[in-house]
Amino acid sequence: MSQNFRLDKGGYINRNKKISFKFNGKKYFGYQGDTLASALLANGVHLIGRSFKYHRPRGFLGVSVEEPNGQVQLYSGATTEPNAVATTVELVEGLVAKSQNCFPSVSFDFGAINNLLHKFFPAGFYYKTFMWPKSFWYKIYEPIIRKAAGLGIAPLKPDPDRYEHKFEYCDILVVGSGPSGLASALAAAKNGASVILAEDKPRFGGSLLTDEVTIGNKKGKDWADETIMELKSMPNVIVKNRSQVFGYYDHNMMVMIERTKDHIENPDKFTPRQKLWYIRAKEVVVSTGSIERPLVFGNNDRPGIILASAAKEYMKVYGTLVGKKPIIFTNNDSGYDTAIIFKKNGIDPLVLDVRLKSESSVVKEAKDLGIKIRFSYGVVNAEGYKKVNSALIGKLNTEKTGYENLEKVSCDCICVSGNWTPTVHLSSQSGNKLKFNEKVNAFVPNQPKQNESTIGSANGSFTLKKSLEEGFDKGFNLSKKITGKDSKISTPTSNEKNYEQQDKFWCMPLPKNKSYKRCVDFQNDVYVTDIELAIREGFRSIEHVKRYTTLGMATDQGRTSNLNGLQLVSNIEKKIIPEVGHTTFRPPYTPVTIGAIVGREVGKHYRPTRKSPIHAWHEKNNAVFVDAGLWLRPRYYKQGNENLIEAAKREASNVRGNIGVCDVTSLGKIDIKGKDSAEFLNRVYTNAWMKLPVGKARYGVMLREDGIVFDDGTTTRISENHFHMTTTTAQAVNVLSHLEYYLQVVWPDLDVNVLSTTEQWAGAALAGPNSRNLLEKLFPNMDVSNESIPFMGFKEGDLSGVPARIFRISFSGELAYEINVESGYGMFMWEKIMEQGKEMNIEPYGTEALSTLRIEMGHVAGSEIDGRVIPSDLSLDGMLSKKKDFIGKRSLNRKAFIEPEREKIVGVVPLDKKTMIPEGSHLVADSNASLPNPKLGHISASCWSVEYNNPFSLAILINGKKRKGEKLYALSPLKNKVIPVEIVSSHYVDPKGERVRS
Amino acid sequence: MLEIKCPYCGKRSQNEFSYGGDASVKRPELGKEISDKDWDDFIYNRKNPRGKHSEFWHHIAGCRQWFKVLRSTATHEIFKTAKIDEEL
Ligand SMILES: [Zn+2]
Repeated sequence: MSQNFRLDKGGYINRNKKISFKFNGKKYFGYQGDTLASALLANGVHLIGRSFKYHRPRGFLGVSVEEPNGQVQLYSGATTEPNAVATTVELVEGLVAKSQNCFPSVSFDFGAINNLLHKFFPAGFYYKTFMWPKSFWYKIYEPIIRKAAGLGIAPLKPDPDRYEHKFEYCDILVVGSGPSGLASALAAAKNGASVILAEDKPRFGGSLLTDEVTIGNKKGKDWADETIMELKSMPNVIVKNRSQVFGYYDHNMMVMIERTKDHIENPDKFTPRQKLWYIRAKEVVVSTGSIERPLVFGNNDRPGIILASAAKEYMKVYGTLVGKKPIIFTNNDSGYDTAIIFKKNGIDPLVLDVRLKSESSVVKEAKDLGIKIRFSYGVVNAEGYKKVNSALIGKLNTEKTGYENLEKVSCDCICVSGNWTPTVHLSSQSGNKLKFNEKVNAFVPNQPKQNESTIGSANGSFTLKKSLEEGFDKGFNLSKKITGKDSKISTPTSNEKNYEQQDKFWCMPLPKNKSYKRCVDFQNDVYVTDIELAIREGFRSIEHVKRYTTLGMATDQGRTSNLNGLQLVSNIEKKIIPEVGHTTFRPPYTPVTIGAIVGREVGKHYRPTRKSPIHAWHEKNNAVFVDAGLWLRPRYYKQGNENLIEAAKREASNVRGNIGVCDVTSLGKIDIKGKDSAEFLNRVYTNAWMKLPVGKARYGVMLREDGIVFDDGTTTRISENHFHMTTTTAQAVNVLSHLEYYLQVVWPDLDVNVLSTTEQWAGAALAGPNSRNLLEKLFPNMDVSNESIPFMGFKEGDLSGVPARIFRISFSGELAYEINVESGYGMFMWEKIMEQGKEMNIEPYGTEALSTLRIEMGHVAGSEIDGRVIPSDLSLDGMLSKKKDFIGKRSLNRKAFIEPEREKIVGVVPLDKKTMIPEGSHLVADSNASLPNPKLGHISASCWSVEYNNPFSLAILINGKKRKGEKLYALSPLKNKVIPVEIVSSHYVDPKGERVRS
Repeated sequence: MLEIKCPYCGKRSQNEFSYGGDASVKRPELGKEISDKDWDDFIYNRKNPRGKHSEFWHHIAGCRQWFKVLRSTATHEIFKTAKIDEEL
């Protein structure tokens, strides 16, 4: 197809580089530098999609981020992108796009029947109709509505693209590269400030790209180009195009998305698709410009009806015509610019101006060019279903409540100009409470709440002269405040057209007996009648009207609809706009890909993976790993076809009967030094620490101040004022913060220092009756007798030349030792253990066997220390010192904590001695009781006891200690199991603890 | 994201810190008699002011020092930060 609507010359596209692309399966051509929208329009394609609710045919209204209609689905498969705004999609070879929200096709859409049923689909329809019965909402109504009303389709496969995050600091961030932005960036940079200039479009210059103005002695566009060149050459300036600053957060944290790949034809393999910039700026200059608003009339959402400024930009930037028989419909002077450009390109426009007259220079220029102008006229209704083909126009009566006459004229596009809305989103996000400016008939920023300044047309300053002045002033003054320097450049002279005041009339009345649909919010399909209805039904607050009608709630954030909606409410309510107020703008200004927000933290990079120095050995020996916090730990070492339970049984049995070795590197370790260390431990732990001898370890329990058990572990006295604390793997980080808090904030007088040494030590636990024999082989020069290293003893040794620490502590309940060496020697230690233990048939064991061993011994761990238990619940009463105070002690006599029927830890065995009880099962007295069955307790951990060869579980049970011997039921609705059980002691194996002392 | 001035390291982004609660709360002395009400106030009861609030922060991904911050709960403005033994 040929580009019938492309001008022969003009625009900033590269006509030497033809680009092919597909839209709805059909092949088209455009040029390098086009957007998908400008290329489609050059091919005469206006019908782009269907509206959200009523499936009305829609075309382009805008030319950039303000576009409410032109959302398309790009590509397919994993790289498909829904809701891409065609006016911001740069054309690249092979681009594939299709319409959304239509079935089976954009020209023939079943959903359009909603349009005929509009009477039945007014504002609030969903709320009213689908209220009853309640269960129908999520089963029937919601899925159907979703299917009918959805926008694009999200990809089902993982995003193959790469996204990066970048952190940057600067003195001044300038958002927007129009005249005011360029001026402030230049003035600030020249005065020594570090500056970032961000432009969301591919081209810099903003309005200078389309307006016929001069700055100094140069054309506006040339001045912009030269200024950008100069800024780029300065070392203190970062200049970025394709970069949208979409969020203004606390303490001037700005977030910007830079598009780095999609516009490149053959990108390098590892080019990130987008970069998310976190910019902390001392000052932010918001020079985001303004957006034209549409005028409202019958069927004003037909394809071919477009903002006059957009039509102008399509001609000036892309050399694209939006039509060849245009009507320009305006209430202000700026629409005439578009008419003049049409005329200069040989096309005769018809201007309809709702004002009585205008004598400004731009209107005079239009008259002099012979452009037909009709004052007091406007478009009443647009006709043509998939593309406008004629307009019913009318002469307004003096009150503008009706028409003196109506006539039909043919046209192929209607360019509407309803005056300008400053783009105040970022200012509003910064906390700036906007104020209504009568003169510009819109909201502008008021008092900054952060270091933010809004300038140019975003601030309601619509002349080039004023924009430049504000830019140069602001850039200089802000930079002076930061750098203390004083080199000022003078503001160049400028020349521009003179635009006079606009008419505030913007919504055409309906002729008698006509009920044309007049659209206010194009993206969310909200019409004049919807807002009228909301107010009739009693909604008054603009926030309520917004939510009831969904006005301004779409992804375009109401850029073209907010002000018109407010004006409508103010007209109906007979209130002035400031009394109606406005809704709040929130980030992001434009939709942001989830991939960009996530950045590189995807899949296994979601969080760091911590591996012990022995990891490679585990991998080589068929370890199956499990996540333990950030750590990867061997869960079991698979042999043959055995499953998890079988492997855990084998490994645990070998510990009970012989010897096993477990990698315990991940345990938290904290080095404690200083002359008050023992005193500190005495306050932190519930038991006594002052008299712990050097060379001995002790088990300790820590509480939170509210009496709940926080963590447990053993701590060893290495020397008089030096302790080695261990914590659980899960709580290591929190325990360190806890200790630091008490040392720095509560008891700064204590002479104690704490330091995490988790990474510094590799640990191996030797467990089982044979472990002393192996220890002797590993440390042949050491006396390893029970007298020399008794239970809870500690010694330093020499492991074939490597210094080692030997702790006689046991989690398994067997005779056991834990050997620590510097992490770098972890593998050396492990291999030594395996080599020396070979003749004893040593086997490694993983966390599953470790759990089995501790569960049947009744040792508590994270599944019991669950943030809800106090020491006595876990039968740890003996750990509570009566002689001293400690953290959390005062809470333990709270009424609920001394309640005799509290839940306590018990052991549970299934009566059939066969069925494993699922963890999380509830314990109840009567398995047939009516629901909800009163819960007596829950199963916290389960294992297959290798000692007794039957299942065994730990449970937390109401009044547990008195229930030994009772028969209860374990219910697991998830696993659909009812298991009769007997309550036994939690110390199922070796209740007297003889083995660890043997 | 807030920008917090650690009294030891200077200005850093909030994601290096963790919040540590109301800095006006003082832990009762160890071993001293205390009424149930006073203990409850220490453990559970906090003011929830709109406006200036003194609070503890921990430079957890930095120097690991606890310090004090005077912050507005309404605007997030940070008026002052101080070492633990300094006045806010
Ligand atoms: Zn610090």
